[in-house]
Amino acid sequence: MTTADSSTPASSDRFSPLHQAHVDAGASFTDFAGWQMPVRYSSDLAEHHAVRTAAGLFDLSHMAEILVEGTDAAAYLDYALAGKLSGVELWQAKYSLLLAENGGIIDDLVVYRLDEAKFLVVANAGNRFAAFEALLARAADFDVNVIDQSDDYALIAVQGPNALAILGATDGLTDVGTNLLFMKYYRITDAFFRGQPLLVARTGYTGEDGFELYLAAEHARELWDALTSAGADQGLVPAGLASRDTLRLEAGMPLYGHELTLNTFPAQAGLGRVVNLKKENDFVGRAASEAGPAEGASVLVGLIAAGKRAGRADYEIFRSPGAASADGVITSGALSPTLGYPIAMAYVTPDLARLGTEVYVDVRGTRLPATVTSLPFYKRVK
Amino acid sequence: MTDTSKLQQSTLKYTPEHEWVLVDGSIATVGITAYAAGKLGDVVFVELPGVGSTVASGTVVGEIESTKSVGELFAPVNGTVTATNGQVVESPELVNSDPFGEGWLIKVEFETLPDLLSFAEYSALIGE
Repeated sequence: MTTADSSTPASSDRFSPLHQAHVDAGASFTDFAGWQMPVRYSSDLAEHHAVRTAAGLFDLSHMAEILVEGTDAAAYLDYALAGKLSGVELWQAKYSLLLAENGGIIDDLVVYRLDEAKFLVVANAGNRFAAFEALLARAADFDVNVIDQSDDYALIAVQGPNALAILGATDGLTDVGTNLLFMKYYRITDAFFRGQPLLVARTGYTGEDGFELYLAAEHARELWDALTSAGADQGLVPAGLASRDTLRLEAGMPLYGHELTLNTFPAQAGLGRVVNLKKENDFVGRAASEAGPAEGASVLVGLIAAGKRAGRADYEIFRSPGAASADGVITSGALSPTLGYPIAMAYVTPDLARLGTEVYVDVRGTRLPATVTSLPFYKRVK
Repeated sequence: MTDTSKLQQSTLKYTPEHEWVLVDGSIATVGITAYAAGKLGDVVFVELPGVGSTVASGTVVGEIESTKSVGELFAPVNGTVTATNGQVVESPELVNSDPFGEGWLIKVEFETLPDLLSFAEYSALIGE
């Protein structure tokens, strides 16, 4: 047997502050943007199902945390990012995009407003330096400090329907700002864990309710263990990056490098709403965004298929079983653990993007039918 | 049908592509190793060649898909497929739960057995 698995652990310099916890839990590791991160502990399917039905514990310490602080912080972010961050309320989160001048995407981000003039920008691990450099370069004309704090922060996510109960039962985790019970989705609050400050955000990348906890790296293990204990009778299991990928795919959430690239316009990815053309100020990528993608540029769609053979990233899409040239390509695909049938996100020519359109995916030499569908594939019952 | 689950891994032959081979007379029972199954992650789909089909050593004769990736099954010998494991097609997770036993994949009738790896050689290959 040979495998096209790209997750074979490679030599790597970076280890999470929680590395020993993963080793202790029997994790398999994968190289992710230069980090050795847990890909699974025992079964990625079991971890996936646990997040949908109970809860999963994720180490996301490889993510990049960039602090933006200073009198002009809000105005600066309005210029540096595609969204109107000055309109974000205190302790609110906003999904945003860091655009290039040509309108392509340097990274997708979550921005938290921690104070009038203080924001935490969370970038993808693989884009840490590109995002930081772009943010720094855009700060020149503003009274603002842009500080890469990625190495200081650990990030632990608790995701799933039992997440709230688990946080409530975690020994030593105390509210400071908002009571977690009353905290809405896409909000953040500061809190304490055994005397140490941390940030608790009700955000995630799984399609479930859940929280992301930011704290100093040296206290990460203690919090990980406390959460594990609190979740023991709540079905909480440690969950690796393999399940994170299938969870976000079912939830229709884009992954940088797959659905989003420097050559992708947000409008193509269905993220036109994230680019705020109504804000009055100029922002990097504004002119290109107003012009929009080229006529006939491909658009992101969802695909579903029958059977068990999933189309995967880079598989080509054809308009007919015999078509000579491809009219699209899959960017992410898997056999959906929750739904039981193949799902994929793909870029196709606009005339194939209508819901219900039948297309053909070249699955290693065999063209299998698939149907264009709306995203997300999975939506939790609230 | 041979119950391979009770056999010691040390008595099996191996390929560098992570198949194990149990030789019984002129019949080779073939599966993938626990190491390979672990690398794949949870197996969700298995495609095997038809019974009666002719297979050539070193060619792709089947696919083993996990949620994360696709593995190819190589025939370790020249010969004719005499049986496939229908149970593993129904329940692909057997490849993970019992790769050397219930997770066997195909049986091939052969005339000459090629050089295959010993347990010691395979163990060295995967660094265990």
